[in-house]
Amino acid sequence: MCVSMYSAVWSREETTERNYYTRYHNMSEITAWMEQMKRENPDVVSSMVYGQTYERRNITLLKIGLSSTGRKKAIWMDCGIHAREWIAPAFCQYFVREILRTYKTDTKVNEMMKNLDFYITPVLNVDGYIYSWHNESTRLWRKSRSPGTGGCTCYGTDINRNFYANWGMVGVSTDCCSQTYCGTKALSESEARAVTDMLGKMREDILAFLTIHSYGQLLLVPYGHPNISAPNYDELMEVGLAAATAIKAVHGMDYTVGTSPDVLYANSGSSRDFARLIGIPLSFTFELRDKGEHGFELPEDQIQPTCEEAYAGAHHIITYAHDKAFYSYAATVTATLWTTLLAAWVSSAILL
Amino acid sequence: MTTGVLNPSHYPARRAATVVQHYLNTRYGSPYRWIFLSKVHSGSAEDMAEMRKYQLELTMQEMISNVSGQCSAELLFPGGEGQSAPQVQASCEGLLQSNPTAQEEAFYQQHRASNNMVSGSNIPDSYGHMEPSMKPFWHLGGVASSCIMLRESNESTLYNMAQVANFTQLETEKDQLRFNYHVLLHEMISQEIIHWKLLVTWSPEQGVKVLQTELQPKCHDCEAPPNTTN
Repeated sequence: MCVSMYSAVWSREETTERNYYTRYHNMSEITAWMEQMKRENPDVVSSMVYGQTYERRNITLLKIGLSSTGRKKAIWMDCGIHAREWIAPAFCQYFVREILRTYKTDTKVNEMMKNLDFYITPVLNVDGYIYSWHNESTRLWRKSRSPGTGGCTCYGTDINRNFYANWGMVGVSTDCCSQTYCGTKALSESEARAVTDMLGKMREDILAFLTIHSYGQLLLVPYGHPNISAPNYDELMEVGLAAATAIKAVHGMDYTVGTSPDVLYANSGSSRDFARLIGIPLSFTFELRDKGEHGFELPEDQIQPTCEEAYAGAHHIITYAHDKAFYSYAATVTATLWTTLLAAWVSSAILL
Repeated sequence: MTTGVLNPSHYPARRAATVVQHYLNTRYGSPYRWIFLSKVHSGSAEDMAEMRKYQLELTMQEMISNVSGQCSAELLFPGGEGQSAPQVQASCEGLLQSNPTAQEEAFYQQHRASNNMVSGSNIPDSYGHMEPSMKPFWHLGGVASSCIMLRESNESTLYNMAQVANFTQLETEKDQLRFNYHVLLHEMISQEIIHWKLLVTWSPEQGVKVLQTELQPKCHDCEAPPNTTN
């Protein structure tokens, strides 16, 4: 492999190396990579720190889109809310690289970059992710790193049970040692508050909310509570099933689509449910490869095919969301125009 | 509890199908034979006295040869207070042959002589990687884990082996290879990682046997429960 002079100046994790996106990266590598994405694509990439973890680390997203004067619609994607699901941050990195690689030449991606901003958080649970890299015995950490309270000495709250969405009702534990501990109260975790605040500010603009996890090969639609249905359940299932078809077309992998209580287990307090509850119409949880053969420790040689198929699925959902907003809108405007013209013609005809 | 025809993509059928997978591995698994659920085609569940009975049509895949086969299975989950294991009956087409393979024989002969005890740890490692020579021990750990996963399964669990934390070969006894294994199981519904220590034997003729199991405490300063013998 040729190592250019440029690569010799930067770290060996330089993304010009063809195999960067086929390896897992620790938090400092991902942070350096975010800086590199901004540096290499200054007109379309900026970053935003939108919160702090328990251990006071920055929670950072990349905002990607062609700049425009007006307010833009948005797509939200976050990865790594559960620390051990390493394939998820790998996918966020791949997704960013892919839209940056193709937006100049792919007319659809270009159009979406014009009309939308992508808000992508490569690692949401920064403390947990760093902890899972500490040594082999911490690799399977899931939760945040906030300490237990009230005499319970274990660490961590399940951030994806901590959102204000039917909090504490089902699929959670009140034992702080449990992997699905929902916290002392909703939004006890600063990570959940950071996402909640951002979504609150942006909610009228967000067309789709995608939260990336592993494992299981599933596309989950709201809600996690078995007795509550999303108002657009049919639409969510239709879009999800089409996304699963797009995924299968890449490498033949089956992804099952459904609500969490149907295809996995009931749960409450998830970010996906919160997003749908505040009005974001298309809200999906992606559970990436595999189905349990390796589980959380997915081999690096599966990173690329997993990301390729997940990208196809995400791309389908994002395209649907975009077209629904921008082509339906145009259709509505056209219809309104005709109605107005017709009314004017009719009234002028009457006057004559 | 869902009763009647089951949706094959919903969790009741999938959890029951995974129990069938564990059963098949305990019966037929080896360092070179590792069976995994490929697809649930159809299923049904019914209440029977104190039990829940499932019937399933499945495709299972043997992961090393990549051969797939259709299986019909029947499971009984015991109800009531007892902690007993589910009972499984399954028949598969084209998937399972009982004769040991050449690979199994060679592996057995290679490790039978006790002058070079094998051991390993973190299989797979954090990056999902394992040395090729460790793969048969990974499968063996998976098969041994299947004994526990089968025993511990009910309608509210979904088990997979997350990792072989470590294994050590012991002296061959009565022509059986013997190992101490420390495995990590992932239970999907609770999301817990459960540690078990196992005493495992294997030979091509006798298959995998788990002689002792010991649940490891979750926290380091807890009391370990007493040894359990199968």
